[in-house]
Amino acid sequence: MALSLLQPGAALSAEWTAPEVDILRSLWIGTLGPPPPDPTNAVADDPDAAAMGHRLFFDTRLSRDGNIACATCHRPELRFADGLPKGVAIGMTKRNTPGIIGAAYSPWLYWDGRRDSLWSQALSPLEDPNEHGGNRMQYVHIIANDPGYRRSYEALFGALPDLSDAGRFPEDASPLGNDTWAENWRQMTDEDREAVNRVFTNTAKAVAAYERLLLPAPSRFDEYVAAVTEENEEQKNAIFSDAEVAGLRLFLGGGNCTQCHNGPLLTNFEFHNTGVISAPGDVPDKGRIVGVDQVRADPFNCLGDYSDAAIENCAELRFVRAGTELIGAMRTPSLRNLENTGPYMHQGQLETLADVLAHYNAAPEAMIGHSDIEPLGLSDRELEQLEAFLLTLAAPAATSERWLNPPAADTPHPHGD
Amino acid sequence: MLTKIGRTGSALVCLLMFLMNPAAGDAAETSDGSTPVDSEQGLFKVSYRSSLEPIVINEMHEWVLHVSTPDGQAVDDASISIAGGMPAHNHGLPTNPQVTENLGNGSYRVEGLRFHMRGDWEIVIDISAGEQADRVRIAIRL
Ligand code: HEC
Ligand code: HEC
Ligand SMILES: [Cu+2]
Repeated sequence: MALSLLQPGAALSAEWTAPEVDILRSLWIGTLGPPPPDPTNAVADDPDAAAMGHRLFFDTRLSRDGNIACATCHRPELRFADGLPKGVAIGMTKRNTPGIIGAAYSPWLYWDGRRDSLWSQALSPLEDPNEHGGNRMQYVHIIANDPGYRRSYEALFGALPDLSDAGRFPEDASPLGNDTWAENWRQMTDEDREAVNRVFTNTAKAVAAYERLLLPAPSRFDEYVAAVTEENEEQKNAIFSDAEVAGLRLFLGGGNCTQCHNGPLLTNFEFHNTGVISAPGDVPDKGRIVGVDQVRADPFNCLGDYSDAAIENCAELRFVRAGTELIGAMRTPSLRNLENTGPYMHQGQLETLADVLAHYNAAPEAMIGHSDIEPLGLSDRELEQLEAFLLTLAAPAATSERWLNPPAADTPHPHGD
Repeated sequence: MLTKIGRTGSALVCLLMFLMNPAAGDAAETSDGSTPVDSEQGLFKVSYRSSLEPIVINEMHEWVLHVSTPDGQAVDDASISIAGGMPAHNHGLPTNPQVTENLGNGSYRVEGLRFHMRGDWEIVIDISAGEQADRVRIAIRL
């Protein structure tokens, strides 16, 4: 940096050293590739499963009151987030709704990583009283009674169990949820419960296949990196303003941002305590230290009976770490798509990007655990430059319109497409 | 892990090593894996081969460690535990790597390695075999 300042006449901000270019390329979407395979889900990349999942994702019948779908909170027009501090459906959830574009790349789901696959994640909101609020038995009946779902399901996973005996398969039952549902579940035989869990998890695997299509597209930042790689000065200057270049420099340098926001999704998918103060009235969120125990205990995790993975494919779970560093730690979010996904942080505590950057600049002591960040001492102007850079990472999803809108009500059997 | 060796003894050796080689402990010296690294007390030599070559961040991978005595004899019956982190950032490893297989001939499979930042890392390997226990520090720059 000091050197380039000494070069008279050089377009000062536009010079990148070879190691810097190397880092820039590591953030470039061109190095992303397709989502990693999901060995826990045998239909992860099956287009028919994705078509079924697409319907499920937008289907409000999958809820206690008939009004809530995944898309109620994960709104396509808001990059699959909701613009609220915390997610709201039947009730208010404890955390901010993340956009789910690119979620298929993460080994852990949720801010605290308490799930380890997209499908095991999808089971939770369906039974959470603040979210969809229903129960697995109810959903399994919906799949069996809807001719379209039944056809798709049986083509993908084989015959549905015969659910006609209301004594064996009541309307509502789940080990989670209210007392009646739990009692109904308790009364069922092991085999019947296993049959219901099987349909419930297969259904979630179809939702996961759909989510795997929600992918990030190249942003202006990616065009800039391409121009840097090609050493195309004219392009570089046309794509990025001086402020954006200066912001990028701070992102790589004095801001230390790439310690955690690295790789082509601008996240290492790891857990860090960054000392974000909890929302007024909320106790500090313990984050990963609780999430790690939950994912280990989850019957639907990579090593569980409903996972299609062999044990060798569960390295993340088998070698997961615990320990005090995880107190108050949250999974680093991707920084692609910040322009309309605020408010930010795990409880939507910080309203604007300027608030987020002020937080990093001050780096307050963590309320619980130990913060991984240190004060930056950046000027107001530098913070503005950083913000200008962050906004260059935005881009619409690289997913065709068809998948971004609810499927037409009369969508025929997916084999017709 | 160093229980078998007196604390004073190990502190002395550290001091001596430091005096002989002021760069010791400077993580900037990256080991390429194939050149064996001496353990702190000089009881073992350790080399490794990574399934990811070169090692990059954010990818789960495994290593095969090779443990020998200073004169090159394979150490077959070692029990080994792995820790480490980024000394400059004061944090540990993002995973909990473990030896999952004794491959014989002094070789051991370590699964569950992943690094989540660029910079200087240190892998700390505690080895005990028979009456002997010692620690090896492997420096990696990513
Ligand atoms: C009430 C609004 C709401 C509904 C309905 C909802 N979600 Fe979420 N979703 C959230 C919130 C809030 C989080 C983060 C919760 C946390 O981390 O503790 C989340 C997290 C996720 C994540 C994790 C993303 C990541 O990057 O870790 C995925 C994937 C997801 N939801 C998919 C779904 C699917 C599929 C459905 C429907 C079956 C669904 N959600 C229904 C609010 C909702
Ligand atoms: C030590 C790791 C670490 C470093 C360094 C770091 N971040 Fe973060 N970042 C995180 C984590 C973890 C969160 C989520 C924190 C939470 O919600 O509690 C986050 C959240 C954010 C968010 C909010 C995203 C959202 O969707 O809510 C933005 C924006 C952000 N970081 C930008 C930056 C910038 C710019 C820098 C450099 C000045 C930086 N980060 C440095 C780990 C880090
Ligand atoms: Cu670090």
